[in-house]
Amino acid sequence: MSDLPALLVALPLVGSALAFLAGLARSRSGWPVALVTTAVQVVGAALLASRAFDSTVSYVVGGFDAPFGIELYIDGLSATMALLVAVVSFGVLAYARRAGPRSNAFYAVYLLLVAGLTGMSITGDVFNMYVFLEITGLAAYALVASGEGGRSARAALKYLIVGTVGASLFLLGIGYAFIATGTLNMADLADQLAAVGYDAALVQAAFALLVVGLFVKVAVFPLHAWQPDAYAGSPDSVSALISALVSTVAAYALIRIVFTVFTVEFLQANPAARSLLVAGAMVSIVVGSVLAVSQTDVKRMLAYSSMSQFGLVVGAVAVANETALIGATIHLVGHAIMKGGLFLTAGLIATATGARTVDGYSGLVQRLPLGAGAFGVLALGMVGVPPAIGFVGKWYVALGAVEASAWPLAVVILLSTLLTLAYFARILERMFFRDSEASESSEEPRSSGPDGADLSRPSIGMTATVVVAALAAIALGMLAFEYGQLLEPTVQALLS
Amino acid sequence: MIDLLASRGYFLVGFLLMGVGTYMLIGSDNLVKKVIGMNVFQTGIFLFFVTSAFVSGASPPLLSASPPYVSPLPHVLILTAIVVGVSLTAVALGLIVRIYAEYGSLRESEIREVSLDE
Repeated sequence: MSDLPALLVALPLVGSALAFLAGLARSRSGWPVALVTTAVQVVGAALLASRAFDSTVSYVVGGFDAPFGIELYIDGLSATMALLVAVVSFGVLAYARRAGPRSNAFYAVYLLLVAGLTGMSITGDVFNMYVFLEITGLAAYALVASGEGGRSARAALKYLIVGTVGASLFLLGIGYAFIATGTLNMADLADQLAAVGYDAALVQAAFALLVVGLFVKVAVFPLHAWQPDAYAGSPDSVSALISALVSTVAAYALIRIVFTVFTVEFLQANPAARSLLVAGAMVSIVVGSVLAVSQTDVKRMLAYSSMSQFGLVVGAVAVANETALIGATIHLVGHAIMKGGLFLTAGLIATATGARTVDGYSGLVQRLPLGAGAFGVLALGMVGVPPAIGFVGKWYVALGAVEASAWPLAVVILLSTLLTLAYFARILERMFFRDSEASESSEEPRSSGPDGADLSRPSIGMTATVVVAALAAIALGMLAFEYGQLLEPTVQALLS
Repeated sequence: MIDLLASRGYFLVGFLLMGVGTYMLIGSDNLVKKVIGMNVFQTGIFLFFVTSAFVSGASPPLLSASPPYVSPLPHVLILTAIVVGVSLTAVALGLIVRIYAEYGSLRESEIREVSLDE
């Protein structure tokens, strides 16, 4: 069992190859393979998490000791991310069985994405993180392109070009840090960078390049251009998976780089570095919300909403105290569940009624009460209405900003709740308090699948996933305060 | 100034390539040329890494070896990064093939015009 961290990355890789090979022998075998793999992945991640919260788990890959070889390093934060990746990818599979692209290649790439994300979460080596970042990226580009038509291909190409530039900047930042210190191990880098001096130009340039590279992946304004197209252009199950996990793990990488590699002392020694984070956060929150209000397509609106929510997480990183970081982690988990759930619900609603625009949602509660209800719960959770998890995350982040006396940021964070309400209220009002527009042309022609199943009716799996996501948003909100306490030692270690 | 540039010629070329690549990536209207620009940009970074491996005045940690010494680690890293770059190019070209089949053009401006009618 001591090889568990490495197995956690190897398992989805093997599953991915298996899903592809099994597809050569039998068609439609991809889904069961993916299901089994992610189920085992959930168990493995849970086992790892149960150990990592007490004391950090460290694993040496290939017998080369830590500063020279690659180290896998798991604390409470990485274990949370690994578990989140496993659970969300397992949940989305239940949805994708009916809704998703059905080819075996799709499931092979799906598992590749899981491997990349898990690797990013648990690695303790910056170059290793770059490689996993690119694996994640490649899988995500391919998944976005799995939609039909030219639109998804164009969205994927845009995502690929912008994402590659971001990852390349990240690589360049690693190069600077490597030239300054001669090491790639995160813990070792922290010591060596301190020895070089936080006012050295090399170190400052490395920080700027690493952070801006990750800003592209997190989709912080103005580096967000790939995101709305990618989310809106991909199939529903893919946009749910990517919105829930890819930016989240990139934001986790940002926390790792800023606090494990550069440490809080670096932020204190360089006010400009903190200003970079604060500026990214504030602009993202405000502009993301404003752009979200002006969208007509529901999926595009949700994409811009992600941008503003990740602004909140970046803001918590800039505040850099214990409360704010706990808030950031809770908000990352909460956002993943709620935004993934919202995209799935949007997909469910589009499958059942054909409505994909904000106006198309008018009177939805009469046509599809369950879908409208789930969307309502998740949207209110995202706004931050207690007892949903969105409230707890925002509460901690706002409290942290007040504790640190970062007043402009605190005001923007509180304002962000109102702004979130601004774009979700448009939909909620139309769903619950308006009559549906009389028999418009939003009804899609019924299509049937190759097996004769009625494709335009949501399956039980789809409905169940959506309901579970909505319930989880509330249940996790109840548990979030305890989880925050559980996370305290991890965050203290991160900040010390 | 000239001395500084002359002694850092390789770094200079590396960053020049990054600049040229970024310009192609943003400025070119042709999708394939954008991907070529992306490659040039990455090549600049690769050269930067490889250049940084040379340590002037150092000698290999072997008894009988004499200088010059070049650290092997950046080369290994860049080998990995090159593999990543090749796969990225492959995926990008695959996407471009699909886009061309769909819109019948490689020029971004024309594709945008066609897709507005969708």
